[in-house]
Amino acid sequence: MGIIENINKVFDHRIRLGIMSILMVNEDADFNRLKELLDVTDGNLASHLKSLEKEKYIHVEKQFIGRKPNTRYSTTPLGKAEFKKHIEALEKLLRK
Amino acid sequence: MSEQDYLKDLSEIKNLMTKSSRFISLSGWAGIMAGVYAVIGGIVAYYIVTNSAREYLILDGYIFKLIMLDLFLIAFLSILTAVFITTRRAKKDGVEIWDDTTKRLLINFLIPLITGGIYIIIILGQQKYGQTGALMLIFYGLALVSAAKYSIGHIRYLGFIEIILGLICAIIPGYGFWLWMLGFGAMHIIYGAIMLIAEKKK
Repeated sequence: MGIIENINKVFDHRIRLGIMSILMVNEDADFNRLKELLDVTDGNLASHLKSLEKEKYIHVEKQFIGRKPNTRYSTTPLGKAEFKKHIEALEKLLRK
Repeated sequence: MSEQDYLKDLSEIKNLMTKSSRFISLSGWAGIMAGVYAVIGGIVAYYIVTNSAREYLILDGYIFKLIMLDLFLIAFLSILTAVFITTRRAKKDGVEIWDDTTKRLLINFLIPLITGGIYIIIILGQQKYGQTGALMLIFYGLALVSAAKYSIGHIRYLGFIEIILGLICAIIPGYGFWLWMLGFGAMHIIYGAIMLIAEKKK
């Protein structure tokens, strides 16, 4: 396949792609909401969230609701820009 | 990755964006029923006012209370029907009803609506009746437009129509009753019917 630099390896996975899709159109989402929408196991989701966090594509905010811990995720400006580039690259690729 | 995979990626992205940010389960029937309640309630109000001792629209204490009760019943029955239809349908589709999207939809809908409601009650208290119909239409329209971002369908356009009707109503308050019937009755029924047809097509 040609040299398309904008195809982002980080997004080359269904779950990471899904997480970003959800966070692009929502201000934020918590762990359970992501889990429910993506239909994945806790461990699986957590590891993909970690890798997106490591790339600084998503922002993680831990807080407590009552006594229950609650983690909310949102996109960073970098993550938004990278995701847009990725989608544009996908579309370009398909238009060829 | 092959082209097929990329295509699948794109459709998955679209699907998740819609599913995670839009409230899908509102049925056309909720709109139709709200319109029917409004028409019935409007006819009742018309009957009450024209049959009161004086034949003009200055509302004394008793008539005023009846009209308020009438309006309250219309709103109450509309909401009850919408909640009933929506929960039943969500259960059938196996989707969660009380999620973040629903909450955002409700908050964005209620802020203009409650503001308008309180405002109308305040000016009614100051014996300014003339603009009530216009204000109800305008604030309801604004509530729909503000909620539209979180829902599927064309609630935004229904909102625009209500706002325009409200502004017309402000210019010609003498036709307030008929514009109210058009906005809350006819428009809901038409909108609900369009939604139903769209649902059937799927």
